[in-house]
Amino acid sequence: MAPPLPETPLLSVQDLSIRFRTDEGLITAVDNVSFDIAPGEVLGLVGESGSGKSVTAKALMRLNPGNTVYAPESRIVLHDEGRAIDVLALKRARDMMVVRGGRVSMIFQEPMASFAPALTIGQQMVEQLLLHTDMTKRQARTHAIDMLARVGISDPAARIDQYAFEFSGGMRQRAMIAMALSTRPRLLIADEPTTALDVTIQAQVLDLMRGLVAEYGMAILFITHDLGVIAQMADRVAVMYLGRVAETGAVRQVIRTPVHPYTADLLNALPNVNDPDAPLTPVAGDIPSPLDRPTGCVFHTRCPRMIPGTCDAAVPSAHVVAPGHMAACFALAGVPA
Amino acid sequence: MSTAPHPIHVSLDGLSVHYALGRTLFGTPPTVRAVDGVSLDIPRNSFFGLVGESGSGKTTLGRAILRAAPVSAGRITYRDAEVEVDVGALDKAGLRDYRTRAQLIFQDPYAALSPRMTVRDIIAEPLEVMKITKSREETDERVRDIAARCRLNLEHLRRFPHAFSGGQRQRISIARALAARPRFVVADESVAALDVSIQADILNLLKTLREELGLTILFISHDLSVVAHVCDMVAVMYLGAIVEVGPSRRLFAQPRHPYTGALFSAIPSLDPDDRGRAQRLEGEIPSPANVPPGCRFHTRCPFVQDRCRSEVPAWREVAPQQHVACHFSEELAPRLTRTRQPDPAA
Repeated sequence: MAPPLPETPLLSVQDLSIRFRTDEGLITAVDNVSFDIAPGEVLGLVGESGSGKSVTAKALMRLNPGNTVYAPESRIVLHDEGRAIDVLALKRARDMMVVRGGRVSMIFQEPMASFAPALTIGQQMVEQLLLHTDMTKRQARTHAIDMLARVGISDPAARIDQYAFEFSGGMRQRAMIAMALSTRPRLLIADEPTTALDVTIQAQVLDLMRGLVAEYGMAILFITHDLGVIAQMADRVAVMYLGRVAETGAVRQVIRTPVHPYTADLLNALPNVNDPDAPLTPVAGDIPSPLDRPTGCVFHTRCPRMIPGTCDAAVPSAHVVAPGHMAACFALAGVPA
Repeated sequence: MSTAPHPIHVSLDGLSVHYALGRTLFGTPPTVRAVDGVSLDIPRNSFFGLVGESGSGKTTLGRAILRAAPVSAGRITYRDAEVEVDVGALDKAGLRDYRTRAQLIFQDPYAALSPRMTVRDIIAEPLEVMKITKSREETDERVRDIAARCRLNLEHLRRFPHAFSGGQRQRISIARALAARPRFVVADESVAALDVSIQADILNLLKTLREELGLTILFISHDLSVVAHVCDMVAVMYLGAIVEVGPSRRLFAQPRHPYTGALFSAIPSLDPDDRGRAQRLEGEIPSPANVPPGCRFHTRCPFVQDRCRSEVPAWREVAPQQHVACHFSEELAPRLTRTRQPDPAA
């Protein structure tokens, strides 16, 4: 069961819309997305390429490039010890430091690209501890070695003085996790953290993350395209398509009884190793180009339940099908909730 | 057509691909044993899966069969209704003929297509390079035929690759590989770069093409759930060697090698109630420049015993068509069955 939402969520995203200025004009990447994350909760954000899941995650730390335009009504509020930090209103990079690496940490898909190649793992881990905590250099180094040991890196006292290229893919991702957790963030953003890893290493890293969440009580925004990983990691899930949330709910509800046609189609297209005889049914058509965004419901061009005149004309609002389980679809309006 | 073709399309006998790692002044440089003494029979018209982690040598094996990686030892025999050839011994003319029979579908449909050529020219290029067609009319006819089979229409043929989505590009890539009418195709991670909603479409297309064109497909993949769905035979590779091979149904229902069992159980289950139930493999795949003695899996095997550290396990048949290289397969089998099998009594 997902933990019940307490009065104040840790993070609250409201009406987030993100566009990019390009030579071809404004491109919509995220359109009116809202969600909350409770303290200690794992929220899965799942979607295919172009769904806006990574752009949403980067917005939480303001890491999107300079041509990004946030719509004026967008709000990202981080609740921290009674304070509410409006992330999008922060002006200076110094103010962002409370959020970046302090209250919120992020781990990326390709750890080779995320570590500086010319600094040792230790130098990078110590630097951020000096920035975000009042540890001395010696304390920071001891703490970093502890963290490396905690994530299962053998001989951490020697490994800490090595460079990222001397680590294997699985070890780099472990070191990345150690670094992200060393400041004890309240929220960890994990953007496809296991996608570049082999299944056996992925299983190790997921076990590790699950154990650390339980121990540190931090919340995770877990971004992936893999519904299997979501089923194994998340309490709640939000399914995104072309910048909008199609369906959201407890992970069991959404995976076992999906109500949005996109979620249902996605699950039917997925090879299930527990049932290899089931036919694979592709989702009809192709993902539209961001330059050619469909009107109305963005999924109507591929939807088997498309209602002409409705779905291509208006944007569906979230329809509650069960407590905490919502889907944005006109076809559901006729279904008794 | 002459007599009925041999039931085995491609067979490997002790195939090795070794690379010398750099040069040293003294002594011999270390050798990377990317593929190390592999023997394997790929049946005609099969959808043959080859799975393993990165560094297992699966891509090198596929390339060696196509003569795109140097063979250090062993023999590759290719047989169809017209020819039987020793692939490693082909001369220039023989190799040109072989390229019309065995082809490769690439992984990344974004990198594999030239942005400066129209789709028609991309698909026609192998026909022209290999001088398969005699006239432009004949080329156009062949291109239209294979394009239609890959669900590309005439309008598509005039455009450039940038106008296409990932799934469409992979269909173009497949059409090009099949334009010369090969009988044997290596599909190396051909759906790995695609989104889930598109992946199923390409897998279904490959299945259909195999039936319509009588292809044999060597499907190289790291994704076991995809392999379980499309392949009728599966070989599991670890550190340059095949550790288990068998009909995919049987292999998935009852793996006989601990590595196969661990690989299957590491797949994240779609059932949230399966959390943490899988058996876990410790550590990572060793370097192919430093293959452990005895059973090459012994450094990570949860069931390792003394014998495994010194004695190379024999390759033996443990069930019909199911072969395994493990000393203790019989004793271990009950412990390797996937715990997530639906309970028939339930």
